Amino acid sequence: MIRISGLSHRIGKSAILHDISADLPKGKLTALIGPNGAGKSTLLRLIGRLEPLQSGSVTLDGADLSRTPTDQLALRMAVLGQQTAIASRLRLRELVGFGRWPHHKGRPRPRDLEVVNQALAAFSLDDLADRFIDEISGGQAQRAYLAMTVAQETDWLLLDEPLNNLDMAHARSLMARLGELVRVGGKSVVTVIHEVNYAAAWADHVVAMKQGRIVAQGSPYEVLTSETLSMLYDTPVGVGSHRGRPLVLHHV
Amino acid sequence: MRLLPAAMLVLAGLSVASLTIGAASVSILEATRDPWAALVLMESRLPRTLAVILTGAALAVAGVVLQALVRNRFVGPETTGTAESATLGLLAVTILFPASPLWVKMVAASLAAMLGTALFVAVIRRLPMREVMLVPIAGLVLSGVIGAIATFIGWQTDLLQYVNGWLMSGEFSGVLAGRYELLWVAAVAAGLAWFAADRFAILGLGDSVATGLGLSPGAVMRLGLAVVAVVTAMVITTVGLIPFVGLVVPNIVARIMGDNLRASIPVVAVFGAVLLLTCDLIGRLIRFPYEIPVGTILGVVGAVIFLWLLYRRPAHG
Ligand SMILES: Nc1ncnc2c1ncn2[C@@H]1O[C@H](COP(=O)(O)OP(=O)(O)O)[C@@H](O)[C@H]1O
Ligand SMILES: [Mg+2]
Repeated sequence: MIRISGLSHRIGKSAILHDISADLPKGKLTALIGPNGAGKSTLLRLIGRLEPLQSGSVTLDGADLSRTPTDQLALRMAVLGQQTAIASRLRLRELVGFGRWPHHKGRPRPRDLEVVNQALAAFSLDDLADRFIDEISGGQAQRAYLAMTVAQETDWLLLDEPLNNLDMAHARSLMARLGELVRVGGKSVVTVIHEVNYAAAWADHVVAMKQGRIVAQGSPYEVLTSETLSMLYDTPVGVGSHRGRPLVLHHV
Repeated sequence: MRLLPAAMLVLAGLSVASLTIGAASVSILEATRDPWAALVLMESRLPRTLAVILTGAALAVAGVVLQALVRNRFVGPETTGTAESATLGLLAVTILFPASPLWVKMVAASLAAMLGTALFVAVIRRLPMREVMLVPIAGLVLSGVIGAIATFIGWQTDLLQYVNGWLMSGEFSGVLAGRYELLWVAAVAAGLAWFAADRFAILGLGDSVATGLGLSPGAVMRLGLAVVAVVTAMVITTVGLIPFVGLVVPNIVARIMGDNLRASIPVVAVFGAVLLLTCDLIGRLIRFPYEIPVGTILGVVGAVIFLWLLYRRPAHG
């Protein structure tokens, strides 16, 4: 479990997060939702220790994150940021290969290469493996970053808007894959999701944020209600039901 | 991967040419029998050839490391204030502790070069990321300012000729045995960069990615700055400022084989040596038996290559 307690954060003079406390369950797919600027990315970066904590604490299975060496954390938690514009000219295979760095520190073993190949295959990148990342489409690059994150083989995956740039088919297959990592692989996934219906259909746990605060958390049925969502996004939102999960009707 | 053996073959050919060519007409094949030929070879031709190879290789590697650190391809150790800062450091010890031994001067030059480059990095971190061309411009401005300070101090203290010797275009005609060995230090620093190649490549992906993979961006940055600073400081004190090698060679190699530095650094090193040795040979042959400084030849050759690179590829990354 990731436990966040009393976490506040400021950038310059403006307060971005206010006294956030939450538990992110282990072995579940957790969706972090909320309007633009709610502080989702900031919270995820703080949990992923990409940003130093200013106040409050985050623990991972009881261990204080700020006291755990960063290279050990890299074996337990992989983070995919929202801005992943990478300027380096790397072949996809090399990029995904860097996901194995925490394990081999520069000396890849056969097992590392195998994991890289599996990750490439899982995101249908086999054919592109020897292309440079500046010579593929945005969606293909996004899949490469995801493959790199998954290749890190950590118990926890923190993903910031992984559906960015993905078309319908790839978006669905990513969510299915995340679901499989959780249910079959025993992993825990925390992902920021922009389109609430993906959260409705796939998440086990939903955390809703607005203006730097958590306004609701719980199962999809508890959080994804017409009332909560209308308040969260300041716009009337209807919620129906489809195959036993909430279906959010926000587009009409 | 066949690139590396091919480039090494070219380098071997150029080295033989470099050992053969010179104002003194001796045959290197006679060196085992003719003591005069042996003397020329061991005291002059070989040191010179080695000096050129070490300088070219080390500068090119410093360039590729610097470009990974600042995530911009349009910089080299000669456009970031590094060389000028090293000069300032040398000047400072020469004025304050004139009797200090050579190694103290080298340490001072390296430390100053590192501080100057760190200043450059701090400056560009405040620039908007998208403005790719602001980075080299900021570097040129910083080089100009630090160079001007060094020139002013040199002028005030009657040390201007030293300052000019360090910052004017470099040349190898003065290289003799006993007067180039510091370049081995530069080569060791470049070797260290190869050892840490993955770390620099990962830092090139961004601080967040590096942290996520368990690296400390600050530590990798300091290591990289140390490599760049030591290489630059050793080169300018031994042979003077050598332009373009650290700028164009990493660009050419990245174009061909990308930024996987573990694979590319050996190629970068050999390409750097080939480029510099070619230019040195041109400089020695064009007005034989007189010489044109390699820095001057490089100014022309390097500028042409750089322009070609600019026009050939879109200016991203
Ligand atoms: N570097 C920054 N400087 C100032 N404000 C920032 C910076 N980064 C983010 N913010 C502000 O912090 C708030 C939260 O941002 P973010 O965590 O990216 O939101 P979300 O991911 O939920 O859209 C926003 O109001 C944003 O404007
Ligand atoms: Mg965000």
